[in-house]
Order: sequence, then structure tokens, then C-alpha cells
Amino acid sequence: MTATTAGAPLTTSGRVRPGAGLRQTATMAWRSLVAVKHNPLELVDYSITPIMFVFLFTYVLGGQMAGSPGAYLEYALPGIIVQNTLFMTTYTALALNTDLTKGVFDRLRSLPIARSAPLIGRITADLAKHLWATLLMIALGLVLGFRVTGGVGGLLAGTLLLVVFAAAVSWSAVLIGMLAGDAEKVQAFGFTLIFPITFTSSAFVVVDTMPGWLQAWADVNPVTHLSDAFRGLLLGGEVGRPLLWSLLWAAGIAAVFYPLAMRAYRAKV
Amino acid sequence: MTYAYAIQAEGLAKRFKETKALDGVDLAARTGTVLGLLGPNGAGKTTAVRIFATLLQPDAGRAEVAGHDVVREAGVVRSLVGLTGQYAAVDENLTGTENLLLIGRLLGIPRREAKARAAELLERFGLTDAAGRAVKTFSGGMRRRLDLAASLVGRPRILFLDEPTTGLDPRSRGELWDMLRGLVAEGVTALLTTQYLNEADLLADRIVVIDQGRVIAEGTPDELKSQVGGQVLQLRPVRGHDLATAHALVAQAAGPQTQIEDEVITAPVNDPELMPSVVRRLDGAGIAVGELTLRRSSLDEVFLALTGHRTEPDGGRTTAGAGTDDNDIERAVSTS
Repeated sequence: MTATTAGAPLTTSGRVRPGAGLRQTATMAWRSLVAVKHNPLELVDYSITPIMFVFLFTYVLGGQMAGSPGAYLEYALPGIIVQNTLFMTTYTALALNTDLTKGVFDRLRSLPIARSAPLIGRITADLAKHLWATLLMIALGLVLGFRVTGGVGGLLAGTLLLVVFAAAVSWSAVLIGMLAGDAEKVQAFGFTLIFPITFTSSAFVVVDTMPGWLQAWADVNPVTHLSDAFRGLLLGGEVGRPLLWSLLWAAGIAAVFYPLAMRAYRAKV
Repeated sequence: MTYAYAIQAEGLAKRFKETKALDGVDLAARTGTVLGLLGPNGAGKTTAVRIFATLLQPDAGRAEVAGHDVVREAGVVRSLVGLTGQYAAVDENLTGTENLLLIGRLLGIPRREAKARAAELLERFGLTDAAGRAVKTFSGGMRRRLDLAASLVGRPRILFLDEPTTGLDPRSRGELWDMLRGLVAEGVTALLTTQYLNEADLLADRIVVIDQGRVIAEGTPDELKSQVGGQVLQLRPVRGHDLATAHALVAQAAGPQTQIEDEVITAPVNDPELMPSVVRRLDGAGIAVGELTLRRSSLDEVFLALTGHRTEPDGGRTTAGAGTDDNDIERAVSTS
């Protein structure tokens, strides 16, 4: 009897060929993206919620915060986008946790594919969703009167910065997704962590208005650096320091969480 | 390549913290046959399957699939086997077609061929009408069928089926059985774990009974039935008031294991002289017998004798999409 598994892309020693691993990763990314078609709720997560954030912050808080919705939009839109980016990493954790608890990872692991393909495929697809949500919010901002005075270069650099930061934070999401017992715990953990961190930053308000002890935290909060850098790139202001700090934070987060996440993933998947 | 045993394990051991999930298990399935791995919950069935499917590494012993070691040649083993787990491991947010296409593409099958294979499998498993619908709209039985189809995309010659019918209603279970029989008829070798005795009885060529990580019996279903308890004598007196006297007479001949249940007296038979002796005694006492049968022990009784407890479907484990009470299903199936 011979094995007739169709063209299993293995070397003679049973290892996955690098090219095949890349294609498997692309297939896994395809899977994450095509699922949106059948799950309108995901569209809400990646489109409706961001749009709602922009409208609420601009029209509800704008007058109080800056005298007019338009004036606040200029300050707050970059912050809203940063917050949304961080919230969206929770969906990465949720999706991985669901695959784990529903046995999808067992099925995938029983196939002759690269072990990292399900994970990298998921993260790649989710970064595409980050890109989509970021551009959607900027487009909506433009309609509402936001002006990208930093030019196309600033827009591209800012978007790239967000995607890089999201990629770093994704490793903490992977860790949460692997360790949490179920989807509710993922959600609770993600949101209770991200809410205070994003609000105690310069995302929505100028840090100077906070009490001194809070300022001390807000000044070192990575969300402050990221918001300032993103805002600076979009509006064309001074970005050197916050950009450097944002990248350092991204590198630090990745350095801490990547090994932990991979260890948890290897133990479970 | 030919090999007598497609699935083989020797001295397989696996420990999870304090629990010995497997404690030196030997088993083997001849190529082209179904090996039933039977045992109560927590017996170690799933652990064994996960080791064979390369999802877990054994602490001791070795396991081979088609002559390949599951640890050293895990990649090769993965390219040879299909796995269907305890719950349907399919993506709820993909359609039936997309789920099968995903597996096909991951296996390196070209897109057109993978599509054709998906269509072929959906047809075979009666899912063509639902092919374009998201799996979350599928019933439990449909999900299991799709899951089985997903494990067949790469045309594996060796299948691991871990309680494939747990949580299914009797009809869906029957459908799945028919599909498994079809696969075996095509020469597929399967390791089937189950807590349902009649399932093992119906599908397996040989059965390995495990309990608490150890093999406690092994053989064909018939061998197991005769190995333990041999046969069972069953009789019912015509007149209900003779029941106590008849019981006493049978017990004199057959021993203290004689029981009365629903006006039927049952006794284990290990001695061919017992039947005539019982008949003489009853005749001598003038008791008219309405029903008298000698039957082989059921696998249920075998299991009880071997493990000291009945098979108890797990009430604690919540499986995706399986909201039905396993106990009810067990009853429904055993009486059907």
C-alpha cells in the first residue's frame, strides 16, 4: 500500500519545505479574511465600531473639549485610531482562542504543514484588517474636515507605524489567546487592560490637564508616545522623540511577548 | 510498501501531572481493518489517538503508523493520516466548501483540484445542498460529517476517529456509521475510539478495552463476549407467582449470580450441563416456562465484568455544538 496523500509538500525527511510553509501561511491568512464574508459581526468590529468612535468623540465630546467638533477632531482623530488599533488586537486573541478551544488547531496540527502557519497567517490577516480600519477612519476624518497636513509621506509613515505597533502588541494577544480558558476571559482581559491604558494617555486629551501623579504615568505611557508620533506624522509636526519612543516600546513589547507567546503556542498547538 | 499493521503501539505511556493517562498500552490494527478502542471516560482513549496523530509525544513506549515512528517521523505520519476529533474541528465562519478547500490548499493540492475534491466529498457526505452555507448554520450531524470529510481531503489510508459519534442523535450516528463502513470497504485502516459498546460491536474487527490507561481485554467482539461470562440463560415462568420458586431453583443450579429483572430470570452459564439441569428442576417442580433462551453475553455485560462499572458517557465535558444529553442517546441507541 502506498500513501496517496496528494502532493504533500514534504522533503524526504518529512520536513515542510520553506516555500510550502509560506504558501500555507497565505492559505491561513485567506481563511481569516474570507470568514468576514459570512460573519457580518466582524465587519462591525472592523468598520462600524471605528466609525462610531469617530462620530461619538467628534460630535459628543468635541464642543466641550476644544470648543468645536472640528477643532477636537484634529487633535483626537489620531488618538481614536490608536485606541481602535489596540482594541482590535483583542480580536486576534479571540480568534486564536476560538481555534484552540474548538479543536481547529488539533486538525491543523495533524496536517503536514508548518507549525507556525496558522499563527502567522492569522496575524498577517489581522494586520490587513488593521490597515483597513485605519484607512477607513482617516477617510471618514477627511470627510468630517480632518486635514492631513503631514502630506502623503506622513500618512504612509503614520499608517506603517500603527501596523508595526499592532504587530508587536499582537504577540501579547497571542499569549492571552493561548492562556485564556475561553472567549469571555479573553474579552474581559483585553478590554480591562486596554481601556485604562489608552485613556491615561495623550490619545484624547493634552496630558497637562491631568493631575500630577497621572501625568507622571501618562508621560511614559506607550500610548502617549504612539498617539503623539502618529498625530505628528499626520499633521506634520515634530515627531522625532515620540517616534523613537514608540518604536522602542514596540521593540520592547515584541521582545518580551514574542518568546512567551511562542512558548505558549508551542505548548498548545 | 506493505506492512501487516498500519497502526501499532508498544508500551505506550503518558502522564499528565499526577494522572497516568496511559500506563503501558500495546495495540495493533491490521492494515485494512478497524480497531475499536473502547473504554469509559478518562480511560486514555483520546490520549492514545493524540499520540498517534502526532499531537502529543509519549513519555515512554513507541507508536508507529504505517511503519513510521510518530515522534521521529511526525511529518511523514501527518501526511498519511486523517484525524476526526471529539468535536467538529471546522471553522464556523467558513462554508462547507471553504473548509474543505482550506485543508486541500494546506495539503498543497492545486486550487482547481482542491475544489473538485471538496465538491466530491460534500456530495459523498450529503452536504452538497449546504456547501455554500456558513458552517454555523449546520446541525450537529452535518458538522460531524463535514469534519469527517475534512479528514479525508488528502485521501489518507489511515484514519483516527476519536469518539466520532459522541453527542449525535441516533439517526446522525447511523449515517456516520454507514460512511465509516464505506471507507473501510475501500481499504482504509481505522482506529475508532468509542464509549458506545454497540458502535464497537458493529464497526470494529478487533476491540481493545482500556481502563485507567491499561489494556484490560483484547479480541474480536465475539471473542470478548465469550471470554467474559460466556453465555446468559434467560427464562420467564408462564405464571408470575412461580417467579420466586423458579428463581430459587435456577440459583441452586447456576449459583448466586442469578437475578430477577422484569419477571425475567437471568443467570450466567459457564457449564454446558446447566441448561438441561435447570429444565429438569423446573419440570420436577411443575413450573411452566413461557420463555427460555440461551444467549451470548452482550458487550455491555462484558464491559461491566471487565471494568467493574458500566460505561458512563461524560456529562462534564461540553463539546462544541453538542448540546444533547449523551445519556439519552446512549439509551436510545442501545434499545434501537
